[in-house]
Amino acid sequence: MPLLEIKNVKKYYSTPRGLLHAVDDVTMNIEKGKTIGIVGESGCGKSTLGKTLIRMEDATAGEIWFDGQEITGMQHHEFRKMRMKMQMIFQDPYSSLDPRMSVYQLIAEPIQTYKLAQGKKDLEEKVFGLMEEVGLAKRLSNSYPHELDGGRRQRIGIARALSLDPEFIVCDEPVSALDVSIQAQILNLLMDLQKDKDLTYMFITHDMSVVKHISDDIAVMYLGQVVEKAGFEELFARPLHPYSKALFSAIPVPSIHNRRERILLKGEITSPVNPKPCCRFAARCPHAEDICRQTEPKLRDMGNGHFCKCHRAGEV
Amino acid sequence: MAENSKLLEVKNLTVHYETDEGIVEAVNDISFHIAPGEILGVVGETGAGKTTIARSIMGLLPKPPAHVISGSIQIEGQEMLSDKPESKGFFDFAQKRARSADERRLERIYREIRGKKISMMFQDPMTALNPVLYVGDQIAEVIKIHENVSEAQARERAGEMLELVGIPADRYKEYPHQFSGGMKQRVVIAIALACHPNLIIADEPTTALDVTIQAQILEMLRDLQKKFGTAIMLITHDFGVVAEICDRCMVIYAGEKVEEGTLEDIFDNRVHPYTVGLFDSMPDMYDNSLRLKPIKGLMPNPMDLPSYCSFYDRCSVRCDACKDGAPVLREINRGHFAACSAAAGRGEVE
Repeated sequence: MPLLEIKNVKKYYSTPRGLLHAVDDVTMNIEKGKTIGIVGESGCGKSTLGKTLIRMEDATAGEIWFDGQEITGMQHHEFRKMRMKMQMIFQDPYSSLDPRMSVYQLIAEPIQTYKLAQGKKDLEEKVFGLMEEVGLAKRLSNSYPHELDGGRRQRIGIARALSLDPEFIVCDEPVSALDVSIQAQILNLLMDLQKDKDLTYMFITHDMSVVKHISDDIAVMYLGQVVEKAGFEELFARPLHPYSKALFSAIPVPSIHNRRERILLKGEITSPVNPKPCCRFAARCPHAEDICRQTEPKLRDMGNGHFCKCHRAGEV
Repeated sequence: MAENSKLLEVKNLTVHYETDEGIVEAVNDISFHIAPGEILGVVGETGAGKTTIARSIMGLLPKPPAHVISGSIQIEGQEMLSDKPESKGFFDFAQKRARSADERRLERIYREIRGKKISMMFQDPMTALNPVLYVGDQIAEVIKIHENVSEAQARERAGEMLELVGIPADRYKEYPHQFSGGMKQRVVIAIALACHPNLIIADEPTTALDVTIQAQILEMLRDLQKKFGTAIMLITHDFGVVAEICDRCMVIYAGEKVEEGTLEDIFDNRVHPYTVGLFDSMPDMYDNSLRLKPIKGLMPNPMDLPSYCSFYDRCSVRCDACKDGAPVLREINRGHFAACSAAAGRGEVE
C-alpha cells in the first residue's frame, strides 16, 4: 500500500480577476521510501501541491490518504498527531528561520512544542544528536542564523524537519538558493538520511539535473496539472509530452560536446485564472491541432508506468 | 599586440571593502581582457567577487565602503581609474584635492560612455526597472541622453528596440508590473542595447528566470551579439550557460582568478582542483552515479584570507609546497592559465 494516496486534489484561490486554478485535479500515489520529483516552471503550482499535501493549505476538493487515513477532513487536534509524520524543508534558508533564535533553540522548538523530551537533559541529547546527524558542529549551537552560510542554514532546516521523526518530507526547492559545491553536500545528506530512516520525499524543484539525480519517479507539472509522470529513467529517455520535451531541451548542459537540437517555446506560461476547458499547453505547443484547443486531454497510460496528458502523445 | 585589439583590459585590479568588522578583500590582483565581439564567461560562487569586478568596470562601486587599492581598467585604451594616490592622512589636503578632482574628471568620462560604449544588465529584472515609468520611456531615456535626437525620434527608436527584443511596439505605454519576468529581462536587454554599445556586462542575466525562458533569452543574446558584434562579459555560476554561448571562460575563487581559457580548455582539459571540483559536484544528466562529489568545506572568509593558496584548505591534491605562498598564474597551454602550483607542475611533466 502506498504511503500517500492523492485523489483528484484541487486547490483554487479566488482572486479579483476570477478563480485561480493553482492545483487542478492531481492524482498520484507515493510509495514508502521512494522519492517523487515534481518539476515545472515558476507559477505551475508545484509548491502549492506540496503545501496542500501536508495541509499547510487546505485542499479545495479531493482526498489525501496518508498511511490509510484520510487527512483533509480531519479535525485540528486529530491532525496534529499526523503533522508530526509529515514535515517540510523550505526553499529559502535565509527567511525560513527566526533570526532571533539560536541554532539550539531553532532545533529544540519543534521537540518542545510536541513535548517529546523528558527534561532538559533529554532535550539536549536530542538536539545534539540531530545536529550531528545533519553535519552541524556542536560549537555552532549558540550561533544565530545570520552568522552561518546558506548550506549550514539549510542543515538547520533539515534538522528541524527531522526532529519529530517524520515519515514523509516535502522538500520545496531545498538546494535552489545554494552554490553548486554546497548543493552537492546537501543532496548527499538528504539521500543518506533517506537510506538510514526509510524516509519518503516529495522533491520539488525546477532543476532537471537535480531532480533526475534524487528521484525515483518524476511528475512534470504545467499550469496546475500533472502533464506527464514516469520513472526517472523512462522519462528522460522517452519524454512524450511536448512540454516535457521542450523543458528537457532547454536545460543548459555543462559540456561542449553534446549540442542538442533546441525546441524553443514561443511565449510564456499563460494565466492560471479561469483556464479554458482545453489543453492548457495548446497556446505554446508546436504540435497543437484543433482537438487540443477544444477538449481537455486525459492523463493516459502509455505503458511502462508512463502517463501522459496529451491528445497526440505517441504520434509526434 | 596592438592596443586596439583589446576592448577592455583590466590589470592587477584589487578592490577592498572597509567595514566595521574589518577589511573584506573582495577582488585580489585580477587581470583579464576582452576582445571586440567576444563573449567572456566569468564563473564563481556567491561571494567570489564577480559582481565587484563588474561594478568596478562600470564605475559603479559604492565608495565608501569600496576602495580600489590598485590596478588599471582601460576601456578602448582610455584609463578609467585614477592614478593619483590616496591621501596618507587626514591633513593631507593637497593630495585629497588632487585625488577628488581627478575622480570628478573620470566620473564625467564615465557619464559619457556608460550606456553608450559599455552598459550593464543586472541580475534581477524585477528591481532593475523603474516601476512608475512606461517601459518604452525607460529605453528612450538612454537614447535621449547619449544621442542628439528629438523626443519623438527617441521614442521611435525605443519602439524599434522593443520590437528587436520581441515585444510588440504597441506595449510601449505599459508599466513593468504588466510584464512577466522574461519580458522584463527583454526590456533590460533593450535598454542595454539601445545605443549599440561595444561591451555589455551581464550580471547573472538569466538566474531569476525559468529554463524555457532562459533558453529564449540566451538565444536572443547570441543573435544580437552576432548582429551588432557586441562583446559580452557574462557573469554566471552555471557552467551550462557558459557552454551555451561563451567563447572564453574564467573561473574566480575568493577574489582571485584561478583558471582561464577557451571552452575546450575549461570543459575538457581543466587543471585547477577548484574547477575540477565544481564540475564534479554538479549532478550529471547523463550519468546515474548515486553520490555526488562535493568540494568539502567552505570558501575562506574574505576578511581573513590566507597568505598561501586560498583553496588550500579544501583542496584534494594539495602538497606542502602549496603552503609556501600564493600560487602564480601560469600558462599551461597557449591561452590557458591556471593558478595552482600542483597543477602547473603536472602540466609541465606531461
